[in-house]
Amino acid sequence: MAEPLLVIRKLHATVEGKEILKGIDLTVYPGEVHAIMGPNGSGKSTLAQVLAGHPAFEVTEGQVLFNGQDLLELEPEDRAREGVFLAFQYPIEIPGVTNSSFLRAGVNEVRKHRGEDTLDAYDFNHFVREKSKIVQLDPSLLERSVNEGFSGGEKKRNEIFQMAMLEPRLGILDETDSGLDIDALRIVAGGVNQLRSPERSFVVVTHYQRLLDYIVPDFVHVLYDGRVVKSGQKELALELEDKGYDWIKEMVEPDAKPKDAASLFNQALKA
Amino acid sequence: MSNTFESLAEREYKWGFVTDIEAKTLPKGLNEDIVRQISALKEEPDWMAEWRLKAYRHWVTMSEPTWPNVKYPPIDYQDLIYYSAPVQKKLKQSMDEVDPELLKTFDKLGIPLAEQKRLAGVAVDAIFDSVSVVTTFRKQLADAGVVFCSFSTAVKEYPELVKKYLGSVVPVTDNYFASLNSAVFSDGSFCYVPKGVTCPMELSSYFRINTAKSGQFERTLIIAEEGASVSYLEGCTAPAYDENQLHAAVVELVALDGADIKYSTVQNWYAGDDEGKGGIYNFVTKRGKAHTNARISWTQVETGSAITWKYPSVLLQGDNSIGEFYSVALTTGMQQADTGTKMIHIGKNTRSTIISKGISAKRGQNTYRGQVRVMPKADGARNYTQCDSMLIGDKCGAHTFPYIDVANNTSRVEHEASTSKISEDQLFYCRQRGLSSEDAISMVINGFCRDVFRELPMEFAVEATKLLSVSLEGSVG
Ligand SMILES: Nc1ncnc2c1ncn2[C@@H]1O[C@H](COP(=O)(O)OP(=O)(O)OP(=O)(O)O)[C@@H](O)[C@H]1O
Ligand SMILES: [Mg+2]
Repeated sequence: MAEPLLVIRKLHATVEGKEILKGIDLTVYPGEVHAIMGPNGSGKSTLAQVLAGHPAFEVTEGQVLFNGQDLLELEPEDRAREGVFLAFQYPIEIPGVTNSSFLRAGVNEVRKHRGEDTLDAYDFNHFVREKSKIVQLDPSLLERSVNEGFSGGEKKRNEIFQMAMLEPRLGILDETDSGLDIDALRIVAGGVNQLRSPERSFVVVTHYQRLLDYIVPDFVHVLYDGRVVKSGQKELALELEDKGYDWIKEMVEPDAKPKDAASLFNQALKA
Repeated sequence: MSNTFESLAEREYKWGFVTDIEAKTLPKGLNEDIVRQISALKEEPDWMAEWRLKAYRHWVTMSEPTWPNVKYPPIDYQDLIYYSAPVQKKLKQSMDEVDPELLKTFDKLGIPLAEQKRLAGVAVDAIFDSVSVVTTFRKQLADAGVVFCSFSTAVKEYPELVKKYLGSVVPVTDNYFASLNSAVFSDGSFCYVPKGVTCPMELSSYFRINTAKSGQFERTLIIAEEGASVSYLEGCTAPAYDENQLHAAVVELVALDGADIKYSTVQNWYAGDDEGKGGIYNFVTKRGKAHTNARISWTQVETGSAITWKYPSVLLQGDNSIGEFYSVALTTGMQQADTGTKMIHIGKNTRSTIISKGISAKRGQNTYRGQVRVMPKADGARNYTQCDSMLIGDKCGAHTFPYIDVANNTSRVEHEASTSKISEDQLFYCRQRGLSSEDAISMVINGFCRDVFRELPMEFAVEATKLLSVSLEGSVG
């Protein structure tokens, strides 16, 4: 088998002194899609941001290898240029900067890094036209300020469009499905599927099976309180959809009391 | 999160070199005799000398303003040189007569003056230590009826125009620095666009201070007659000296009925080092008078100087006249800026727009001070002001002093203000897409300044963008 693209070992990370990631292990091979699920606040976005190098998070322990090199050593822009792409859960607005000039700057940096020619305005526009088909991006969004006044769905679609333009090795999608209507979900997921290839891997953070109906994962992991507490195949997502997270919580902390009335009721039923 | 903002890398000021050139310099200090000597050296007519003396006599009765929100040690006006000029042959009829050292200096500054290399479509008046070195494209402009020359030349060749308009917008008694300038100004640019003429090219003055301890006092006068229009740009740089230097210029714009003057500044005087040593004190008075249906538009990008004190203003004298002020002011290191505008609505249906973008980094202090005044007869006057500040790091400051003074109840004055911090999330987002942290900052800052930059002529917008990135280098870690 090929070398893994991403290896995360015993990763611990803190934000403002508080430990959020408490020992994550994950290995992703080229071409694989890994789904990450887990309750709110369990650390999914933190993991995504740590991999992309957000300076607010401090890695206190552990190791991340990307394509064989120490990812944590790299600046965020170097990670991006090496092929790590993060589709943000909450894409950031940059007033006064057009989406297209922003993206052109990024694309050209990445191309330079890969030893490819940079694109002039003409070639760039061609490239944009080709790639925007993948997610059926409304062309008017290109000349508007980055994410400013975009609807929730437009922002998410724009993230996947950017991913298509930057052609990463690893796409980390943080709740790309949230905010998309049913048709948009199908289109955007279809776009991601078009971008799948034997070399390119994805880590897909989501709360809902719905997305995984389209982007079928090879593995599903459950993140709970900063740890991967259960891994399985795509059926695990169905099970979670069906049963919620209580059984996971009980599995991790058998002594912990269920917190809400509904779980008390469930427990009573089981007894 | 704040510690990522604290790296204090040196920024490089690549314009900080000194040119070795023979200069005629008057002794330090200021008195009536020095004023007379300046006038004599410039071979001025008596009326000009008298005008200067009148200004000087008023100046000695005044005291330096203390209201600006800037701090600096007292200036010893007797310890300054008021006149220093490169020794050159008289009037330069051709480029061959210009000292090659001077041409080289301007080349190095990116202002090629030699015939073959000139900026296409831009006429340049190059001013070195207060003296005009050469004005390009004079002939082509003259064919269109446009006069563009050094101020000294104008005093000799167009005395009637100078007499009529000099001091008509900024009187000799206007303020401390304007009076000082009126007494000792050495040169500057003069432009006259006759009735109905659209100036066929951009006009530009490039100011260069060279001599240490010399003050720089230029005088610019632009007259656009009825229906004429002109776009003018000034740029400025100075060597990096340890001592502060005073720059007190006066610019007067006269837009007669239906005329249109667009005046853009890219100010990049030496700012001093990060500890506040050296740098230019930029105390400038700029004002325009707009007659009926005329428009005056100021655009400024202020990135240099240790201290900036300037309020390019418009007297909206005629009915339906328009005044505009678009400003980007950047303070980093120990720089201080107190800048803004005055829009004085006198005529009916006068309109003004003020867009001010202040950026502060490191220990920079940035003050917007603006006045919108609507006089009793200014029926239907309208003003829109937008005043945004951006802070980079947490040791800098932004301050806003809007003065609104309305004496006519049919007018409408709107004011919007915002202060924001450059956000780590914005920078991270850019970097996640492959931009270096420096490029990320300039991307975000350029976005912030876009409404102003798009008012600049194309090539200068590019220049301004670069200048901002250079100035901000090292201000975010
Ligand atoms: N910048 C921050 N400052 C303080 N706390 C933070 C910060 N970022 C994340 N946290 C905390 O870390 C924990 C994990 O947050 P994270 O965003 O990773 O959760 P998540 O699994 O993505 O949740 P969701 O499903 O709601 O998106 C939360 O308790 C959150 O409040
Ligand atoms: Mg999240």
